[in-house]
Amino acid sequence: MAKKKENINFEESLRELEEIVRQLERGEYSLDESIKAFQRGMTLSRDLSKVLDDMEKKISILIESESGILKEENFIETGDE
Amino acid sequence: MKYMGELSNNSFSNILTVSQVNRYIKEKMSKDLILTNIWVRGEISNFKNHSSGHMYFTLKDENSLIKCVMFRTYNSYLRFNPENGMKVIIRGYISVFERDGQYQLYAEEMQSDGIGNLHIAFEQLKKKLADEGLFDLAYKKKIPYLPRSIGVVTSSTGSVIRDIINILNRRFYNSVIKIFPVKVQGESASGEISHAIEKLNESGCVDVIILARGGGSLEELWPFNEEIVARSIFKSKIPVISAIGHETDYTIADFVADLRAPTPSAAAELVMPEKLALKSRINELTLRLVNSLLSNIRQKRDRLYKVMDSAAFRQPYDKIYQERMKLDILSKDLRKSMLSRYDRERSKLCLLIGKLDALSPLNILSRGYCIIKSENTGNIVKSVNDVDVGNNLEIQLKDGRLYCVVNDKSS
Repeated sequence: MAKKKENINFEESLRELEEIVRQLERGEYSLDESIKAFQRGMTLSRDLSKVLDDMEKKISILIESESGILKEENFIETGDE
Repeated sequence: MKYMGELSNNSFSNILTVSQVNRYIKEKMSKDLILTNIWVRGEISNFKNHSSGHMYFTLKDENSLIKCVMFRTYNSYLRFNPENGMKVIIRGYISVFERDGQYQLYAEEMQSDGIGNLHIAFEQLKKKLADEGLFDLAYKKKIPYLPRSIGVVTSSTGSVIRDIINILNRRFYNSVIKIFPVKVQGESASGEISHAIEKLNESGCVDVIILARGGGSLEELWPFNEEIVARSIFKSKIPVISAIGHETDYTIADFVADLRAPTPSAAAELVMPEKLALKSRINELTLRLVNSLLSNIRQKRDRLYKVMDSAAFRQPYDKIYQERMKLDILSKDLRKSMLSRYDRERSKLCLLIGKLDALSPLNILSRGYCIIKSENTGNIVKSVNDVDVGNNLEIQLKDGRLYCVVNDKSS
């Protein structure tokens, strides 16, 4: 099943990280807020990198059985140029 | 010469019924080689699509018309809907509808005369679906930013799927691709394509669907112009990217899809961001994050040092001392001025005392003057008129009193 929740979070998390960096650079935070924002930013950065690395490459072809269930089989790539 | 209405002996024995006449004509016609397989061109008018599924219309040219019928079994193969005013070519046979004594053209095939069936069908379906709102922007779904798995509905052989895989691998080397193989041309293609989309929706195993097919003629791309495919795309909860034919080819699937890519390769590029670009963006943001925190801290620290460096901070009592010194000087001045004032008043007082003293009657007495009081009146005598001869007087001298009697007076 596609992990739809994480999918949405990637884009949102990236936007959130960009916003935090922007505000931190503008100096709009107090010292306390700066530290909190920094911690949140580092967490986001780590999570985002993890998402990118965790994705596993897989190319499969779908076969529908008689009962209508979809099964996956490895796709043999022919003639890779 | 025969009179009109007079029958000859021959014809008298051959009096036919109306039905027989009609049947005779029908049979005559059924033996005619031309009439049994005829091609006719004309313009449709009086078109009626009967509830039975049979189509009744008139085919006409500038001078005359002929009644036509196209039974359901034949017209079900039509790819377009005949309309009044359409110029068509019909293949069929001429026969008689015996009951009405009406000969008509029984159409078995119909095609457009001029523009092309497929074009008409395309325009008709496009208008129909557009009117229903299937192409509206409001229904177009957003393509997910980073799809975890991509469904590709296309032929499992050929260059299209290879190109898509190559580009996806280049941009994001660990993408998950699920291929749903279908026929992409021919009669059964539209059914397979529609089924593929529905099945992917049912299993929910992909985040986005690419519907792809390489270039081809209108006939070859036709499955993507069929209503069943359009409806499946519209119903799909998973976003659909269409990439059919060449850049200039627009199929109905392209109009319904959530996004149209000009080519299958372009679709692969649209669907997946470049992993390297994403990674470097994240790294850049992280670097900026750390730097800006450090600079933030540095700024606050500098402010603190500045404050600590200020006079007020280093010598907090300085002000107090300043004020205290001022106070001391003031109080000294106060004392001084009070003292001098005191002296001044004092000397004023002495002066006054001296004056007073000088004016004191006692002082006067000490100089030899005296105070005379009349014993009779008790008043001080200031004038000779105040006393009479014989009055008793009290004379006060500096050191005592004299008691005298007035002997005589003169003025």
